[in-house]
Amino acid sequence: MKLFEVTEDEIDILKYHEALVDSHQGAIVTFTGHVREWTKGTRTVYLEYEAYVPMAEKMLAQIGDEIGEKWPGVKTAICHRIGKLDQTEVAVVVVTSSPHRQEGYLANMYAVDRLKEIVPIWKKEIWEDGEEWIGDSRHYHSSVNEEDINGN
Amino acid sequence: MEIKIFAGIKEKVGKDVIDIPVGDEITVADLKERIYIDYPELDGEVFQVAVNEAFQTDDYTVKSGDVVALIPPVSGG
Repeated sequence: MKLFEVTEDEIDILKYHEALVDSHQGAIVTFTGHVREWTKGTRTVYLEYEAYVPMAEKMLAQIGDEIGEKWPGVKTAICHRIGKLDQTEVAVVVVTSSPHRQEGYLANMYAVDRLKEIVPIWKKEIWEDGEEWIGDSRHYHSSVNEEDINGN
Repeated sequence: MEIKIFAGIKEKVGKDVIDIPVGDEITVADLKERIYIDYPELDGEVFQVAVNEAFQTDDYTVKSGDVVALIPPVSGG
């Protein structure tokens, strides 16, 4: 199975979790990112994700390689869903397994941070009264003061 | 040279590929300049250039046959 994947289907979280189980790994950290209803006071009706799929999967694999260098012994699997996603649905799963828990937690957080930096996937928020692609040059809903924004 | 485009850039142009007539090779910096000239609706849009599915800097030379894409700021996760 692919450990670094972009899919249009509902994510089977356990599949990625189980793929990283082996006799060396004493800990598995599984992060799931979900569609949030409220962002900075604006209600999102649903999200649409788009990806440059072949490059996105390469960049996800690169994150796995970076983790292997920073924390030898840690294994990684990442799956991001694209298409239309409703509130509470899983948009991304990041699994890291390691001999001991500390490296797994650190590597998992690193993977999500890197995903948000280098993987060509884009999110469009659909509101009750409009829609916008989100990015660095982001445009939140017009009710949001963009100078107040820190991180995402 | 056919260039893949995505997300907000794709929506502004109204299709998922743009065509920029160039010779056998062009630097990323020159290619960007040509894109803004040929597609004035992209004025103000920020993007990185990916060649053969890897990010490249302005001094990189793109050759005919390379797979080129414009990558606006990402927002996965």
